[in-house]
Amino acid sequence: MKVELQNLTKVFPSRHVKGEEVVAVNNFTFTIPDGKLVGLLGPSGCGKSTTLYMICGLQKPSGGKIFFGEDDVTLLPPENRGVGLVFQNYALYPHMTVKQNIMFPLQNLKGADKLTKEQMLERAYECAKIVQIDELMDRKPSELSGGQQQRVAIARALVKMPRVLLLDEPLSNLDARLRLQTREEIKRIQKETNITTVFVTHDQEEAMSISDMIVVMKLGIIQQIGKPQDVYNSPANLFVAKFLGTPPINVFSGKIKDGKVIIGEEAVLDVPGVEDQEVHIGIRPEGFILKDDGPFSCKMENVEVMGRDVSVVATNPASQNPIIRAIIDADSPIDQEAETVRFAIKKNKIFLFNKETEERIYTGTEKGAKQKEVK
Amino acid sequence: MANSMVESRHPWKAWIYLSPALVLLLVFTVWPIINTVRMAFLVDYSGLKAVGGMTFKFGIGNFSKVLKYKKFIQCMKNTVIICFITVPVSTMLALLISVALNSIKGLQKFLQTVFFLPYVTNSIAIGMVFAAMFNIVGSFYGTENELIVTAGIINNVIEFFGGKPVNWINYGSTYAANITVMVIYIVWNALPFKILILLGGLQSVNKQYYDAAKVDGTSRRRIFTRITVPLLSPMIAYVVITGFIGGFKEYTSIVGIFGESMGPADNAGRLNTMVGFIYDSLASNNQGRASAAALILFGLILIVTLLQLYVSKKRVHY
Repeated sequence: MKVELQNLTKVFPSRHVKGEEVVAVNNFTFTIPDGKLVGLLGPSGCGKSTTLYMICGLQKPSGGKIFFGEDDVTLLPPENRGVGLVFQNYALYPHMTVKQNIMFPLQNLKGADKLTKEQMLERAYECAKIVQIDELMDRKPSELSGGQQQRVAIARALVKMPRVLLLDEPLSNLDARLRLQTREEIKRIQKETNITTVFVTHDQEEAMSISDMIVVMKLGIIQQIGKPQDVYNSPANLFVAKFLGTPPINVFSGKIKDGKVIIGEEAVLDVPGVEDQEVHIGIRPEGFILKDDGPFSCKMENVEVMGRDVSVVATNPASQNPIIRAIIDADSPIDQEAETVRFAIKKNKIFLFNKETEERIYTGTEKGAKQKEVK
Repeated sequence: MANSMVESRHPWKAWIYLSPALVLLLVFTVWPIINTVRMAFLVDYSGLKAVGGMTFKFGIGNFSKVLKYKKFIQCMKNTVIICFITVPVSTMLALLISVALNSIKGLQKFLQTVFFLPYVTNSIAIGMVFAAMFNIVGSFYGTENELIVTAGIINNVIEFFGGKPVNWINYGSTYAANITVMVIYIVWNALPFKILILLGGLQSVNKQYYDAAKVDGTSRRRIFTRITVPLLSPMIAYVVITGFIGGFKEYTSIVGIFGESMGPADNAGRLNTMVGFIYDSLASNNQGRASAAALILFGLILIVTLLQLYVSKKRVHY
């Protein structure tokens, strides 16, 4: 089932009579392809949960339309939309056993959809098997671990065979190890059931690792939509570039002059065909190459060796972050005592952004230029 | 507790700190309880006679006398009837009102105050107002020439809808009418506290349970019976248990409606309760009888509470 959002807008009225309205979601247009796992990603307050609740039907949009396949569901109440929702804190009914929790949505069915007790049990066990909790059916939620509760919540959402599965911050209540495991689990369940799934997260790593597609949002406005790797490799603006990636991108104030990128006094890269202007320059940590005669010099602070790779911490007066972090190959010879360190820059890891609009300036040679039209 | 975590080097210090509370408890709680038990088992014990140097036999004479006493049986019957009607009715009403209150947005604070007002009003005063509402001024059974000043607000309402006025509490009124008035009054009086507790419970229920139920297409009735009531069950158990304990100790409300005669003019004492019986016995210097009645009341409350705890073990979800 593909989900189509057209000009979806949500305005919350102000608490005070004279105060300003809050536009939580602004003109959101996006089609979620059938059977895909899509992550809504953004910092808190960017409207991603509101978008999810509007798809679910718990909140009414102030404007715009929502389609499930060909059906306009904008005005339908949640129970008639065929959605399953997993809440951030799971909202499992504490007084029911796991089995009762999973069967609860089925017991609500009326008329022709009504199931016999045996059918309900069968469906409940089927779903429990998918999320691997069929051993725990007679326990109460309080007797389960966080990860198990999460699975019960997913099973409860799945048991009605929803057309769309919605997950609100599904991993935020889990510890780091469980989070890693559960996100694989969600991916697996989604693949197995092939239900169109939307999930909300503020954790870019989480979104990147399991989504087929991510939607980056800021203050209710879509910043960029695409496959996780594409968005990472070719951010549409400075916000997206900063938001994705750990360690974060290094941002410098600089300018373009005579087709060269200038940071401080140094011309670090040729970018033929770009007009002279002031720019923000973003360089991914993996975009630095240690090179004795490299064009870009920084003051060496220290070197962190973390097994797989080495990260060089340096400073530069033009940097907008207090430190620059460069990840280099563990095999590269590096003199930790040196005062300065010199880098060459990988061409596909450097991004230029307009000083005022913070929009990406495409350099023509890169394939990312294509991305602009998509947006 | 050999290796308890906190061990003082001076255990006597703890006793000093505890002493003010301990002394008060010993004098005003522990000793009276012991003394009640003692007096209950001294046949025909009377404080006055004891001062006069009389001695009393030890035995269960007080209990057997009290239980054979017609007045006491009537008191026990009144108490039990009032308890077993008012507690379920007031709990159900309080539950419905608090759910309704919780679901409205505007005026909620105002209505909360309105519903809570009776709680801070003196129950004798409320009783007098209720008595006035049910009271008939003038003669009810007289000829047409005799003057009925007013049949009371309640009868006026009944007449307005074409019903026949009822003699609620006056001379010649029936037992059923009397009990009905008591039940209405006690339920009304019991509502505020129950609403307060249940509304507090409702407001602490996570709203997401209701969102989840909505997404699952749960009907309102099912939300109420399968989600609200189970989640509120600890509070419901609390108001039911305290309601029964309060109900067994009912006394002031009867005084409020019927005055000290504890019944209509032609049948004084008909609506007396167990606590009323205890007071009367004390007033007539029958401390032995009063103590025995008090212990029977204690036993009744204990049995009912234990029963409720047993039931709530299965039905209450903490």
